[in-house]
Amino acid sequence: MSLLELENVTLKFGGVTAVDDVSFAVEEGEVFALVGPNGAGKSTIFNLISRIYDPFAGDIRFQGQSLLDRQPYEIAGLGIARTFQNIELFEQASVLQNLLVGRHKHRKSNPVGEMFFTPFVRREEKRHRKAVEEVIDFLDLQPYREKFIAGLPYGVRKVVEMGRALAIEPKLLLLDEPASGLSVEETQDVAFWIEDIKKLMGITVLMVEHDMSLVSAVSDRVMALADGRMLAIGTPEEVQRDPKVIEAYIGSDDAEDAA
Amino acid sequence: MDALQLLVSGLANGCVYGLIAMGFVLIYKATEAVNFAQGDMMMLGAFVALGLTNEHYAHLPFVVAVPLTILIMAAVGYLMDAVLLRRTFGQSQIAVVILTIAIGFVFRFVAGVIWGHEPQSLESPLAGRDIRFGGVVLGLDEVFVIVVTIALTVGMYFFFARTKMGVAMQASSQNQMAAYYMGIPVKRVHSLVWALSGAVAAIAGILFASKGSIDPATGFLGIKAFAAAVIGGLGSLPGALLGGIIIGLVEPFSARYLGGDLARLMPYLILVLILVFRPHGILSQVQAKKV
Amino acid sequence: MRIIFKKSYDADIGLFKHGFHAFWYMLLLVIAIALPYLVGEFLLGEFTSMLIWAVAGMGLMLLVGHTGQASLGHAAFLAVGAYTNVLFMENWGLPFLLSMPLAGLCAAFAGMLIAIPTTKLHGIYLAIATMAIGILSESIIVILEPWTGGVSGIFAPDIELFGISFNRYANITGMYWLYLAITVLILIGYRNILRSPLGRSFAAVRDSEISAQAMGVNIARTRTLAFAISCGITGVAGAMMGHFSGVFNNETFNIVISITLLLMIVVGGIGFIQGAFMGAIVIVFLPQAISFVRDIINGMTGGSSMTIPGLESGVFGAILVAVILFEPNGLWGRWLKIRTYFELFPFYRRDMFRRQKSYLKTERMR
Repeated sequence: MSLLELENVTLKFGGVTAVDDVSFAVEEGEVFALVGPNGAGKSTIFNLISRIYDPFAGDIRFQGQSLLDRQPYEIAGLGIARTFQNIELFEQASVLQNLLVGRHKHRKSNPVGEMFFTPFVRREEKRHRKAVEEVIDFLDLQPYREKFIAGLPYGVRKVVEMGRALAIEPKLLLLDEPASGLSVEETQDVAFWIEDIKKLMGITVLMVEHDMSLVSAVSDRVMALADGRMLAIGTPEEVQRDPKVIEAYIGSDDAEDAA
Repeated sequence: MDALQLLVSGLANGCVYGLIAMGFVLIYKATEAVNFAQGDMMMLGAFVALGLTNEHYAHLPFVVAVPLTILIMAAVGYLMDAVLLRRTFGQSQIAVVILTIAIGFVFRFVAGVIWGHEPQSLESPLAGRDIRFGGVVLGLDEVFVIVVTIALTVGMYFFFARTKMGVAMQASSQNQMAAYYMGIPVKRVHSLVWALSGAVAAIAGILFASKGSIDPATGFLGIKAFAAAVIGGLGSLPGALLGGIIIGLVEPFSARYLGGDLARLMPYLILVLILVFRPHGILSQVQAKKV
Repeated sequence: MRIIFKKSYDADIGLFKHGFHAFWYMLLLVIAIALPYLVGEFLLGEFTSMLIWAVAGMGLMLLVGHTGQASLGHAAFLAVGAYTNVLFMENWGLPFLLSMPLAGLCAAFAGMLIAIPTTKLHGIYLAIATMAIGILSESIIVILEPWTGGVSGIFAPDIELFGISFNRYANITGMYWLYLAITVLILIGYRNILRSPLGRSFAAVRDSEISAQAMGVNIARTRTLAFAISCGITGVAGAMMGHFSGVFNNETFNIVISITLLLMIVVGGIGFIQGAFMGAIVIVFLPQAISFVRDIINGMTGGSSMTIPGLESGVFGAILVAVILFEPNGLWGRWLKIRTYFELFPFYRRDMFRRQKSYLKTERMR
């Protein structure tokens, strides 16, 4: 059984078909990348998995269970964490607090106990903080620990988003363009982190990325999309050599420029 | 026949609410700011007209005082944006709400200092005259209110559809950035929208004062007009008028058939129901945020 | 800025950031307890009133400042608290120590009832819905005359605790201490919420609903909870207010009070608990300050004491305009800047507190 399966998923916005009969499966322990020109439907697939959109047809299964009868806020509890393309952090809170929100699904205390801050709540807090400190160490975020998000540079925010998703301790991590807008050095850091996330933490990664060098460096399998339809699926080399993929990129010059 | 009189007076009240609500909507559409001082602008407009017309103030002829009032209030609206609101650019919508509430406080204070807190009425040539047809007696002032509102609505329609300025206002309300790139001076357009809204408030004030007495607390009428704007749909000018008329009609009829206490509830009850079941109003266009 | 070396997770979790904070706040508490020996009865009454406003402000701050949900109708929950408290005491003979928390629970329940149908509303629409509820509650009080006494109002009985009777006129000192104790308890509860997962889920809902959801936060439930806690605190403030003013009716809780409450926390500083207290100080002591200044001016010009009706709200409005334009973080935000300026002297930079400015973002695109 695959970890995540999409089966004939279709989504329409009005007359536009954003995702057209897409099927693929992500196996446990791999890094799976979605590539394609802008508007190919990659982020839309993420939003379908996060249950922000309802598919028009098809099914999405995680560990064999359909996600379609779940509420959006239940997805994290199942073990799926994600980042956002246009960074959606909690701006008026510190890095530490942002990461701690990621621990929400591990919360065992109830609001009344929290109001009195009982010893149990204190023990729980320490447990959460310990987990978060490990993420901070892993991503080298110590210098920014107490800083408010609103004052942080773009590159750091990207890392904090990744950290917040890791704090969930997910089984599957969805990364939406983890390297967009980052410098070459920062992109290399991201590549190492993704490797470690896969190998050390045993987390499966599904990512959307335009940077083909990053994709070929870290991913086990790649799926290429254009106009909501799948073009090819396979190893990075296979997909890059696929004539349909080359046509989708080269055939429309502006898509290549935008990527 | 009784019901007809209720209908006309309700319509007249509704038109005043609708005009104030249109002022809200004009500003909301163009600048995304919600002007809680609109009711107080109406009150100020009424007092300016009163100060210019009444015998123991300036005592100008009514036909001179009215355009003068409209000009003064347009200037007030323009300055409110140019001096105060423009600086809040980038702050949250709620900050703007609070700023306009505070401006309303100041307006009420200014009106109280200049004209006092006693109720006064505008000495307009319409006051107290009736028109009759058949057995029906209708107040001339009320009929006048309805006629002016219809004329103003039609005028506004042509302004937005046909004139260069109106089209520029529409453009900058739909996409500020694109309008700016197309060479529309968005900031000045915003100030002009505020001026237009001030002028509409002045007209509403004159109409209101010509059929009843006013005092600085009259500005609280703005709350009711605001309810009207939301009922109709915050982004829609015809919606504002529709909402105003709904509230204007519901008030007298529910007072007649349900009693005063319940009648006071009705406008806000409708508002809450609309917000729960059709949050963006009767005539609305909603867009969704892209993630 | 002090460098703090944290040696354990407890240092992060503690009520105070470090020992100096603890020292200053304890000193403030000691002064507050000793206040009856320092000021006269009139001023003590004003301070008591300030405590009530501060509690109500904390209730609203939790909702507006920390959860990002605007409310322009919080006087309704003051009213629920005030009326249910008196009804419990008069009809069931409950003691204050029971009736006050029960009144808070009633207000919390009312808040939940409001929150559930309005979970889909955001920003300005929520503000309007709550405003409508505030206005409705005024009329409902009149309609429920058999219980509420309608326009003529009801009397709040004296608070009886351990054989001591608390009344604003007979025993203001006792009342002040009682209210101070309630305020401190609520303050600690508020701090506890902010440092626990609940407070963080509030902040998450405030800053980005979309990613709060992706983190597993149930938005509807969190907002409902925020409404309930906020309205509960406000209800307690209402019960306190009822005993303090002795008699109250529908006018005591009109829409102007709701608006004033919101304006108060904005002046104080949105997003800071301290802001609720700063705002309460402004609200309560502004009239005193104005009459003080007027006396000085009259003394200098030799004019007779002239009063201008509506001057207070006019001045308050002007202060608000200035705050919004020049210091969106309110008086507390300004104080933080001044404090940092002196702590770092001469290395303060102008952009040290620069942040993105919004708590409630654009509504059009939701």
